[in-house]
Amino acid sequence: MLLIKNGRVFDPATKTDAPLDVLLDGDRISRVGANLPADGAEIFDAKGLIVAPGFIDLHCHLREPGGELSETIETGTLAAARGGFTAVCCMPNTQPVNDSASVTRGIVERAAASAAVRVWPIGAASVGSKGEALSEIAAMKNAGIVAVSDDGKPIATARLMRQVMDYCNSLGLPVIDHCEDPSLFAGGVMREGPHSLRLGLQGIPAQSESICAGRDVEIASLTGARLHIAHMSTRGALEYVRWGKKQGLRVTAEVTPHHFALTDEDVRYDTHYKMNPPLASREDRDALIDGLADGSIDAIATDHAPHHPASKDVEFDRAPFGITGFETALALGLTILVDSKKLSLMRLVELFTTGPARVLGLERKIAAGEPADITIFSTDHDWTFRAADSPSKSRNTPFDGRAFRGAPMATIVAGKIAFRR
Amino acid sequence: MRVVEKRQLLSAEEINRTLQRLAHEIIEKSEGAKDLAIIGVRRRGVTLADRLVRSIRAFSRADVPMGILDISLYRDDLSTIGPQPSLQGTEIAFPVDNRDLVVVDDVLYTGRTIRAAMNALFDLGRPKRIRLCVLIDRGHRELPVEATFVGRDVQTSDTEIVEVRLQEMDGEERVVLVDRVP
Amino acid sequence: MQRLSHLLGTENLTREQITFILDQSKPFQEFQRYPLKKLATLRGKTVAVAFFESSTRTRISFTTAAARLGADTMALQAESSSVKKGESLIDTVRTIEAMRPDGIVIRHASSGAPEFVAERLEIPVLNAGDGTHEHPTQALLDALTIRDRKGGLEGWNITILGDILHSRVARSNIHLLTKFGARITLCGPAMWVPRELENMAPGLRCTTCIEEALEGADVVMVLRVQTERIHEPALAAEEYILGYQLTAKRLRLARPDALVLHPGPMIRGLEIDPVVADGAQSCVLEQVTNGLAVRMALLYHLIGGAPVDAPHPAKDRSNASD
Repeated sequence: MLLIKNGRVFDPATKTDAPLDVLLDGDRISRVGANLPADGAEIFDAKGLIVAPGFIDLHCHLREPGGELSETIETGTLAAARGGFTAVCCMPNTQPVNDSASVTRGIVERAAASAAVRVWPIGAASVGSKGEALSEIAAMKNAGIVAVSDDGKPIATARLMRQVMDYCNSLGLPVIDHCEDPSLFAGGVMREGPHSLRLGLQGIPAQSESICAGRDVEIASLTGARLHIAHMSTRGALEYVRWGKKQGLRVTAEVTPHHFALTDEDVRYDTHYKMNPPLASREDRDALIDGLADGSIDAIATDHAPHHPASKDVEFDRAPFGITGFETALALGLTILVDSKKLSLMRLVELFTTGPARVLGLERKIAAGEPADITIFSTDHDWTFRAADSPSKSRNTPFDGRAFRGAPMATIVAGKIAFRR
Repeated sequence: MRVVEKRQLLSAEEINRTLQRLAHEIIEKSEGAKDLAIIGVRRRGVTLADRLVRSIRAFSRADVPMGILDISLYRDDLSTIGPQPSLQGTEIAFPVDNRDLVVVDDVLYTGRTIRAAMNALFDLGRPKRIRLCVLIDRGHRELPVEATFVGRDVQTSDTEIVEVRLQEMDGEERVVLVDRVP
Repeated sequence: MQRLSHLLGTENLTREQITFILDQSKPFQEFQRYPLKKLATLRGKTVAVAFFESSTRTRISFTTAAARLGADTMALQAESSSVKKGESLIDTVRTIEAMRPDGIVIRHASSGAPEFVAERLEIPVLNAGDGTHEHPTQALLDALTIRDRKGGLEGWNITILGDILHSRVARSNIHLLTKFGARITLCGPAMWVPRELENMAPGLRCTTCIEEALEGADVVMVLRVQTERIHEPALAAEEYILGYQLTAKRLRLARPDALVLHPGPMIRGLEIDPVVADGAQSCVLEQVTNGLAVRMALLYHLIGGAPVDAPHPAKDRSNASD
């Protein structure tokens, strides 16, 4: 039994913001109330800290199987725990691609043996994510996937998207799309705009994303399925999401911390600023922050994309896309969104908890009987993020050495402390 | 490190008289000044060369052509002394082949400048003869270089510096011996 | 004036630095006329000439510049495009470094590659062209050509004609000339002249109409047309000629004493009418000579001399000619 005492409980599901204690028994929450007695439970003193439901990351890359040089389920989840995440959804672009029940089972088993937090796999929509044939989605659902995506690429055609949506709708799974138009994207390495022109780097117009998002929302309208837009980075895509929601469609979207913290102006030739989708223009970034505030965007997801150092230490053109993100997500949210008064703290917690939960069709709350997944964080702890200290195998982050105020202090998964600062 | 003036070597009056004397000597020892040309080594050598040419024109009516030599590209001490000296360019408007050249500089010291000047001239052609004219010879040669026309010989020590100050460049006209003291 | 330790681009050069380089190129212009074109100034120094993108003219220009200064060159020609994977740049460069050159001239298909190299090596880096980013020595030799022919570099109307979007020559010229008050018109087919370019520097405007672009121009820079391009449909030659070839008739719209510059190599009959290429207003041959002078001046200053942070020796040889 673990008693979290003296903290301030923030529960978006019940709109609770109050000094309450939380008693965990085994892997469930057993009681929530003021001044709970200890009764032999281990005590966690959360004085001055926020006690929130366990954070969920809808989008990350754990690289196992096949990419263990860059990350494993073990190292990735250790980093996730340091970021306050109690559950992470890993994308299927592993080697082999997670397009079959056997690969899904492999991931689930590795996670059971080595993961520090819950791992909820996302299955590939098409075989090999090649965009041709449908994968064995039902079998994968039985093996444990929580959603379907061809992330790394868009779901190849409108026709395929329709099939995937129809099928997943019947299975109760959301379809997550990485929105991109390959012909507009081709060869691009950063957002097209004045900065890409100045740097002489091939640009990707924002319309590459919004064209695909528009397509997806139309197909969602055709099928009635659950659509979730991955790592949204443009005002154009956001408008389609808003339109979809207004039509009553089950359309949701996520934004990564780097997309609300940085812009294309931050790109020089440092590959730690190269990711897909690329850093947005200032106007798009500001529109995304508005969307986070007004509820048009449902979740913050990290898209933690580890690449071992040698692979990123090359010319900008040749570097793989992606940066890590577990450990800086909350701090960036606090600094960029809450401290600047763009969002309330409750809204930020929502974006890490009930928002992602709703996308997956789950609930997240601090109430008796719920899973004992708790994220405890501070809004005023001063610290500096050092990539070299991360349990992740990769160091590809633009935030190395950055000082933050506010950090995850403890992560509790199924009643056990997975991380404590 | 401070720079301290030890004594004056030449006054304005003495500089003028010395240059007049050198001008005469050059003409005297140049068999009619037929192929003669005066080459001033940047920067102070140029001012001195210019004065010599005027002086020669004044007393002999001979119009001796003058050239300007920038030896920066020919120096041997470049990689040790910091950033490259700015180039100001060589301007020699006449062919150098078969010319009787008198190279003019303010001070003859180690002889390396003159070695560089000769290399520069050989890149332009094949002079008949090169002779050297200096206002001050301060000794301490490190190469086998000699001056045919010398204004004054001065004994110096290694830490001392001979400063030739000319009106056109320094706003005053004198030659002084300075020393560096800690 | 801040002493240069690398030459990566013209965007970050000051007017003073640019003027200095042009002035320092003048003695080297003179030098190209000497009967004996061999100095010992950089004797014993080695310049690594690392070209990861094919080029004949620029490479020869740099190697000749080095040789005339008396330096030795280490030639590396490794073709690498973003499509073909090869040895990593970092390994290639470290291999070169292990042979202790005194400087490196680099041309690469990836924008930012010279900066990447400069961050990792201790020796001066000269950018001979990186991706679609910068080609600073081209802009410097163009500026020298304009300054010599026109008597000055200030305030000209400059038209740059062609595929601006993919041109590092255009960018370097834009950055350089706008520092001298140039009014620059960028002209070419619409997909190669995006309006956003106007934000790159003050005094820029974009147009797709060649007649409008040439009117009143003091200098016309014609860019070469890349006839094949990855990821993009090419424009047919006849289309390009119809809209954008610099013909003698079109050139008459410019000022009568307007200069015609071309970075080379030219495709006669495509972007430029042969009559114009060989005409009195064409500066292409001077550009080549000036290229040699500019590159000699840069090698002289960057590779010669003690490293930027070396201490000055205690003995002041101030009786060496100043």
